[in-house]
Amino acid sequence: MAYFSQQLINAITLGAIYGLIAIGYTMVYGIIGMINFAHGEVFMIGAFISLIGFMICGMLGIGSAPVAIVLVLLLAMAFTMVYGWTIERLAYRPLRGSFRLAPLISAIGVSIALQNYVQLVQGARPKPGGQVVSGGFNLFSSDGFDVVVSWLQIIIVVVTILLMAGFTWLIASTSLGRQQRACEQDMKMAALLGVDVNRTISLTFVLGAALAAVAGMLFLMYYGIIDFFIGFLAGIKAFTAAVLGGIGSLPGAMLGGLLIGLIEVFWAAYFSSEYKDVAAFSILVLVLIFRPTGLLGKPEIEKV
Amino acid sequence: MVGARLPLMLKDAALTALVAAALGVFIVGFHTVDIGSRTGLSFDFWFADLGVALVVIFLGRLGLSLAAEGLRWPAIALGVVMLIAGISPLRLPSGFLHWFVALGGALLVVRAAWPWANQAIAAGAATPTGRLIDRIGNQWAGWFLLAVAVLLPLTPIGDQKTMDLGVLILTYVMLGWGLNIVVGLAGLLDLGYVAFYAVGAYSYALLSTQHGLGFWAVLPLAGMLAASFGILLGFPVLRLRGDYLAIVTLGFGEIIRLVILNWVDLTSGPAGIGSIPGPTLFGAVFAETAPEGKQTVAEMLGVPFSSNQRLIFLYYVILGLALVTNLFTQRMRRLPVGRAWEALREDETACKALGINPTNTKLTAFAIGAMFAGFAGSFFAAKQRFISPESFTFIESAIILAIVVLGGMGSQIGVVLAAVLLIGLPEWFRELGSYRMLAFGLAMVLIMVFRPRGLIAHREPSIRLHPIGAKGGG
Repeated sequence: MAYFSQQLINAITLGAIYGLIAIGYTMVYGIIGMINFAHGEVFMIGAFISLIGFMICGMLGIGSAPVAIVLVLLLAMAFTMVYGWTIERLAYRPLRGSFRLAPLISAIGVSIALQNYVQLVQGARPKPGGQVVSGGFNLFSSDGFDVVVSWLQIIIVVVTILLMAGFTWLIASTSLGRQQRACEQDMKMAALLGVDVNRTISLTFVLGAALAAVAGMLFLMYYGIIDFFIGFLAGIKAFTAAVLGGIGSLPGAMLGGLLIGLIEVFWAAYFSSEYKDVAAFSILVLVLIFRPTGLLGKPEIEKV
Repeated sequence: MVGARLPLMLKDAALTALVAAALGVFIVGFHTVDIGSRTGLSFDFWFADLGVALVVIFLGRLGLSLAAEGLRWPAIALGVVMLIAGISPLRLPSGFLHWFVALGGALLVVRAAWPWANQAIAAGAATPTGRLIDRIGNQWAGWFLLAVAVLLPLTPIGDQKTMDLGVLILTYVMLGWGLNIVVGLAGLLDLGYVAFYAVGAYSYALLSTQHGLGFWAVLPLAGMLAASFGILLGFPVLRLRGDYLAIVTLGFGEIIRLVILNWVDLTSGPAGIGSIPGPTLFGAVFAETAPEGKQTVAEMLGVPFSSNQRLIFLYYVILGLALVTNLFTQRMRRLPVGRAWEALREDETACKALGINPTNTKLTAFAIGAMFAGFAGSFFAAKQRFISPESFTFIESAIILAIVVLGGMGSQIGVVLAAVLLIGLPEWFRELGSYRMLAFGLAMVLIMVFRPRGLIAHREPSIRLHPIGAKGGG
């Protein structure tokens, strides 16, 4: 029971991070119907900017952890957004109206290029850092096993919930959200009614990048070590989460993230940690085969 | 008029440089270095590098706008200045920046001169001689390349280094041709192609080291095994839409790699499988001394032993395998199933309406593509004599895909050109080695943006109802 609870807490933390990344996939897919394969790399960039941000905070002598976290959070979000915007502008926008697989191939190119860019400028070795929060408290003990919740886990879950709430509000009741939903339904009609489609799509990428940056910072704080390759696995898993929850649906992305976190952590805890990634990939394959619309997704009607 | 546009151009270039500065300020400016194991990281500031790069970006953007406005001479002058600055002995903060400045200048010159070159080519092609060369090129380019490939080992340039590179390029040509069936002809984006390559490689490695089977006996088996894996995977997933299929195949490729990595009893995991026997020629081995009961090729042919013989033999084996792939594809395109592939690529709904079973048709393409990857995989194992999961990562799939995409999906000769460009060039320019994958990724993006049909745009239907030139209803 205690072991189970501990794993549950770990799984929710991990699931929150996956959920944040998954939103980026799901929003972009919802609006332009492409898989932004480079999104995992945006997450990795966010983690690197956070790492550097924490180091700068250390150099400037900002000792208080909450201040450092808020500063780094804003910094990472702001500068990762530029990456999201640039990627869309350079690699995807010129391809609108090209053949269907063109954006995906371009996205793979962006992903490879970003990975190697970071490897070249920051080195290939894993980078430790970002451990500004430590400690936690005992939730309860049973069978001589302490169930520990760390402050960090609480921060991760709280930040995720706050961002999710803010995001849902953004989509549901601001003009940007309305424009986004309009573009999702019918891009041409939205353009005719005066919605700046290009700007809306750009903003979608920018928002997705901001959430990925938060996920990157939380990932760095949670694991304390990153390298240029973290985006690949995390990206695939977050994509799986988006598909599992129903791609195009925001609550679906969060639900999918949680489920993937649960599957991964419990698989590693009760079966084998070597095959935990295989489990995640198998879920992806199974969901796509048996329920391609995901848990909360709408069925897609193919138009001729 | 141009004078009025100049401030706008400058503003645009400044904005571009500003965005680049925002991109680079943390990731490039603060280079993290390890200091000892316990204390972690410290900074090594790279702001000088960043500054030079930003100046190049500013000038490059300005030059591009000038060229777009029709001011070609100023753009070319700017490009030449950058090129000279790049190759001059001027001391820039790093060697990479020299490349960056010089390449930026070269690209600017090419961009500015592009309209002229285009005009000249178009004018040249319109003359009778041009048309003749064009026709000869279309008909004979393939044969010419084939002759070069066959004769290469016999010429003085066929030394060990060239042959090694030749074998490598031909392996990728074969993989490219195999994937071309799936991506180029059937239009299915397969991101896990390397999985079938791995299946072929491990089939041969295991069957030869544990059961003593020879290369030629395993080759068809490996192909069949890979094809069965293709069918096993394809049967459930081929109903999916294009981009979903891509991700599922990617997941499948990773699953295969992870299983190989973790199933230590069978595959010895990350340690890999070593001392795999090489291919034999009519039972004779390529070695200085033959094992018990066998003879060496040198003895059989009555020539002195040389280490090059093995390499040349491998070269011809992979050349033969690649040609079989090509010939097979060319033939398939003229069969009903091959035409169904291309029809399916263009419009799935229409195909369904005409009574083509999409799943079965896709499945054949998938299985045949996988089979050729299996062949190439067992060749790879026999050539390397050592395989490990390292060789079968996603990046390998991406490289093969890049070859197909760059070559122009569906074009056979384009694949050859792309393989030479992407595999051959980086091997010749060793100093660019670490930038290879960066260039790879950028090339994929640039090709999609500027030439989405590839270097050799070939999307002509394999067969026409009314041949061009003939009078037809239509």
